[in-house]
Amino acid sequence: MTTTTLAVLVPLLPFLGAAAGLLLGRTAPGFVRPLAVLPPLAALVLAALVAVRQGGGQAVDAHTELTPTGSVPIELALHIDGFAALVAVLVAFVASCVQIYSTGYLRDDPRYPSYAALVSLFTSAMLLVVYSGDLIVLLVGWEVMGICSYFLVGHYWETPEARAASLKAFLVTKLGDVPFLIGLFALATEAGSFQITRVLGAVASGGIDHPTVIALLLLAGVAGKSAQFPLHTWLPDAMAGPTPVSALIHAATMVAAGVYFTARLLPLFEASAAAMVVLAVMAAVTMTGSGLAALAQDDIKRVLAYSTIGQLGYMTGALAVGDRGAAVFHLLSHGAFKALLFLAAGVVIHAAGTNSLAAMSRTHGLRDRVPDAYWTMTVALLALAAIPPFSGFFSKESVLGAAEHVTSGHTGQAPGAAGWIVLVAGLLTALLTAAYATRLWLLAFYGRGAEASDHGRQPLTMTVVLWVLAVPSLAFGGLAYRALPGWFDGRDLTPSLLTSILGTGLAVVGGLLTYGVWQRTPAFAARTPLGAVAAHPEGDAGLVEAEAIASHEPAYGSLASAPDPADPGRRLLGPLHRHAAAGFHLDALYAALFVRPVQGGASLVRFLDREVVDTYVRGAAALPRLLGAAVRRAQTGNVQTYVSALLAGTVVLAVAVVLVATGA
Amino acid sequence: MNLAAAPHGFLSPTGVEIAFLLVGLVTFGAALVTVTTRQLVHAALWLVVALGGLAVEYLLLTAEFIAWVQVLVYVGAVVVLLLFGLMLTKAPIGRSPDADSGNRWVALTVAAAAAGALVWVVVDAFRTTWIDLDGPPAGTTRVTGESLFRNWVLPFEALSVLLLAALVGAIVLSRKAKADTAGAPGAKEGAR
Amino acid sequence: MHLAYPAVLSALLFCTGLYGVLARRNAILVLMSVELMLNAVNLNLVAFDVWLSRAARDTLHSGQALTLFTVAVAAAEIGIGLAIVLAVYRNRGTSDIDRLRDTAEGHGGDGPDGGTPAAEKAEATA
Repeated sequence: MTTTTLAVLVPLLPFLGAAAGLLLGRTAPGFVRPLAVLPPLAALVLAALVAVRQGGGQAVDAHTELTPTGSVPIELALHIDGFAALVAVLVAFVASCVQIYSTGYLRDDPRYPSYAALVSLFTSAMLLVVYSGDLIVLLVGWEVMGICSYFLVGHYWETPEARAASLKAFLVTKLGDVPFLIGLFALATEAGSFQITRVLGAVASGGIDHPTVIALLLLAGVAGKSAQFPLHTWLPDAMAGPTPVSALIHAATMVAAGVYFTARLLPLFEASAAAMVVLAVMAAVTMTGSGLAALAQDDIKRVLAYSTIGQLGYMTGALAVGDRGAAVFHLLSHGAFKALLFLAAGVVIHAAGTNSLAAMSRTHGLRDRVPDAYWTMTVALLALAAIPPFSGFFSKESVLGAAEHVTSGHTGQAPGAAGWIVLVAGLLTALLTAAYATRLWLLAFYGRGAEASDHGRQPLTMTVVLWVLAVPSLAFGGLAYRALPGWFDGRDLTPSLLTSILGTGLAVVGGLLTYGVWQRTPAFAARTPLGAVAAHPEGDAGLVEAEAIASHEPAYGSLASAPDPADPGRRLLGPLHRHAAAGFHLDALYAALFVRPVQGGASLVRFLDREVVDTYVRGAAALPRLLGAAVRRAQTGNVQTYVSALLAGTVVLAVAVVLVATGA
Repeated sequence: MNLAAAPHGFLSPTGVEIAFLLVGLVTFGAALVTVTTRQLVHAALWLVVALGGLAVEYLLLTAEFIAWVQVLVYVGAVVVLLLFGLMLTKAPIGRSPDADSGNRWVALTVAAAAAGALVWVVVDAFRTTWIDLDGPPAGTTRVTGESLFRNWVLPFEALSVLLLAALVGAIVLSRKAKADTAGAPGAKEGAR
Repeated sequence: MHLAYPAVLSALLFCTGLYGVLARRNAILVLMSVELMLNAVNLNLVAFDVWLSRAARDTLHSGQALTLFTVAVAAAEIGIGLAIVLAVYRNRGTSDIDRLRDTAEGHGGDGPDGGTPAAEKAEATA
C-alpha cells in the first residue's frame, strides 16, 4: 500500500469503528468492546507506519477534487509532514490507551456503546484535522470534535453539572469557531485556495493583504479549541465528563487541535507582528493565570485541567516566538504525561471514592491501595513540573530556549517583546507548575488521617495502560530531542544551559515551598474534618466518579474549591486564593458582560414579540373575527331563512334585469 | 295575436272571463287560507278546493284532459297522501298556535315583493294579448293524446322510469324507517 | 279571453305558495305550498299553450305535455318528500323545519341526516 492509502485509512478506521459501534451497540453488545479498541489500535499501527515511511523527509501531498464548487475549490487533500506524522501517532496512541482504559473504567455503564463510538469518532475527527491538507476538510474534523466533546462531556447527563458543562464547552468553542470560520474564508479568498500548501505559498510570496485581521480571527478559534485565555473557561468545567474523556480531550484531541492548526499556519501568523504579540500575551496570561488557579482547586481533575491550560499556554508561547518545533515537541510530550495524569487520577478517584483533594488529604495510605497509580502519577507529575530527565523537562526547555533565543534578537520571525513576555511568564509558570504538582502529589498520596478504605483491586486494563503511558512520560523527551529537529523545521531543540538552570531551579523552589508549607498544616487539618465519599464505592469507576462530581458542590459548597484551611495552596496564595479558586471570576465577568445582556435582550425580544408584534397580529385578526361573528349569526341552520334570503335576492335580480331590459 | 277580434276590452268581459275570474278568486282565496290557516288538516282540505278550482280553470281554458288529470292526481292522490302524512306525523287536530315559523314576516315581505314584481311584469307584457277560445278545443283527450304519443313519446317513457325510481326510493326510505322503529321506536338518534 | 287573467292568477298563486314555503313550520304544510307553486306553473303552461296553439298555429302542444310531466314529477316528488318527512319524524320525533338546524355551527353531534333532507327539499322548492 502506498503511504497515501495508509494515511487515508488512519482517520477512516476509527470512523468506521464509530459507525459500526453506533449501529451494533444495541443489537450485538459482544462486538462493542472489540469495535472500540481495535480500530484505534489499527490506526496507531498505520499511523506509525506512515510516520516511518514519511520519516521527516519530504512532505507527502495528495489531493483530489470531488466536484467543482464554482469559486475557491475544495479538495480532499492530504498533507503529511513531520508534524502531522508524529501528532497522528500521538493521537492514535492516546486514543488507544483511552479506549482500553475505558473498557475497565466504564465496565458497567449502560451507555458504554455510544460512549465508545463517540470516542472513536472524536479520534477520527482529530486524525482528519491532523492529516488534512485542505482547510475546509480540516474544519469538518474541527467541528465534529466540537460536537463529540459536547456529547462526551455530557456523558453523565443525569447530573446538572455535566449538562451545564457540555453546553458550556459547546457554546464557548463555538464562540471561537465563528470568527475562525470567517477567518478561513477570508484567508482562502486572499490566497485563492483552501489548500494549506498553496495558502502557505501565498503567504511566502506576500499574497496575503490582511494577515493581521485573518490571524486574529483564526486565533479566536484556536483560543476556543485550545482553551486559551479568554475562551478557556469551558475546560475546567468539562471535568464533569468521565475521566478517560478528559484524558482524550486534554492530551490528544480537542485542545491539541488549536495548537496544531496554528503550527501548521505559523508562517501566516508570523506575517503579522501584532498577531504574534497578541499570541504571546494570550499565552502569558493563560500560563500564569492557570498556574495560580490550579493551586486553588480542590477537585483533582480541575487541578489537572488548569495545568493543561497552562501547558497549552507554553505551546502557544512557543508559537508566539515562532518555533513550531518546540510547540509540537511539547504537545507530544505533554500528550503522553497528561493522558497518564488523567488516567491515574481516574484510578485515584475510584480508589478514594471522592474527587476532592481535601478529602484525600485526610485519608492515610491511598498510595498503598493504588501503587500503580502512585508510581506512574509521580512520574507524570515530575514530567509536568519539568524535572530532568523526564520528558516534560526537554520539551519545556525547548520552549523557553526558543523564547530566550528571540529575546536576544537573533531571529526575524517574532518580535523581541513576544520573546520577553513568553520567557518571563514561562519561568513564572515553571514555579507555579511545580508548586501545584507537588501539592497534588502530597495531598493525594500523603494524606494524614483515617486509613483509606479498600475498594478492591483496580481492573487490569486500567493499570496496564498507566504503565504503558509512563514510558514516554519518562523517556520520550530525552530520547527524542536530538532526533526531532529532523522531523520538524530543523531548529535545534536541545535545552540551553541558562534556561535549564533557571527553569529547573524555579521548579525546585516551587516544589520545596509547597512541601514546606504542607509540613506545617497537620494542625489545621486535624481541626477541620472534611470528606464525602461516593455512595457506591464498589461500583465501576465511572459510577464512582459521577457520584463524586455530583456530591462535590453539596459537600464543599463549590464545584472548584473546598473550605480547607490545611490546603498548602491556600497558604501559599493567601488572599489571592479566593479569586484563583473561582478562576479569577472570569465566569462571573462573562455572565455580567455577555450572558446577562443576552438574557436581557432575549426578554426584550420576548416582550416585543408578545406585546407589540402580537398586538398587531391580534388586531389584524380582530376584524375578520368580527366579520366572521356577524356572518356566523346569519348561519342559523334554519333552512327557511336561507331560502328567504335566496328568493329575496332572486326577486331583486329579476326586477333589476327587467328594469335594465326595458331601459327604465 | 288577434288584431281582427279587436273589440275586446277589460270593460266588456265575456262570460268565460267572468267565470274564470270568479273561480280564480275562489282558488286564490282557498290558496291563501291553505297557507295561513292554523289548523293543519283544514289546510289540506283548502288545498283540495284550490286544486279543484284550478281544474275548473283548465276546463275553462279548454284543456279538458289536463283538468281531469288534475282532479285525478292532485285531488285524488296527492292530497290523500298529504293527509296520510299529516296523520302519520301526529299532526295536531284543531288549532295549533305555532303553525307558522318565526320567519313569517320575512316570508310575507319576500312573497309580496315577488307578487308585485311578477304581476307588474306579466300585466305589462300581456296587456294586449287575448286567447281565442273559439274553434276546436286545444286540449281534448284526443288532441293531447296525439301530441303526446306522436311528439313526446321519449320523454313520456323517460318519465315512467323517473316514476319507477321515485317509487323505489319511497319504498326504500320507508322500509329503512320501519327497520328503525322496530329496533328503537321513536329513538332520536343513532339507530341508523 | 284576456291572457292576463290566467297569468296574474298564476303569479298570485305562485307567490302564495312561496309564502307558505317560507312561513310554514310543518314540513307537510311546506310540501302543500310546494304543490301550490307547481300548480301555478301548470296554469301558466296550459294558458300559454292554448294561446300559442291558436296564435302561432302550434300543433306540438308542448305546454300541455309539459304540464302532464310536471304533474307526474310532482306526484313523484310528493311521494319521496313524504317518505323523507316520515323518516325524519321517526328519527327526530318532529317534522318542524325550523327545529332541524344541524347545519348550523355550534349544534354539532346530531348527525347529518335530518337537516339534509330539509335542505334538499328547500332546494327543490327554490
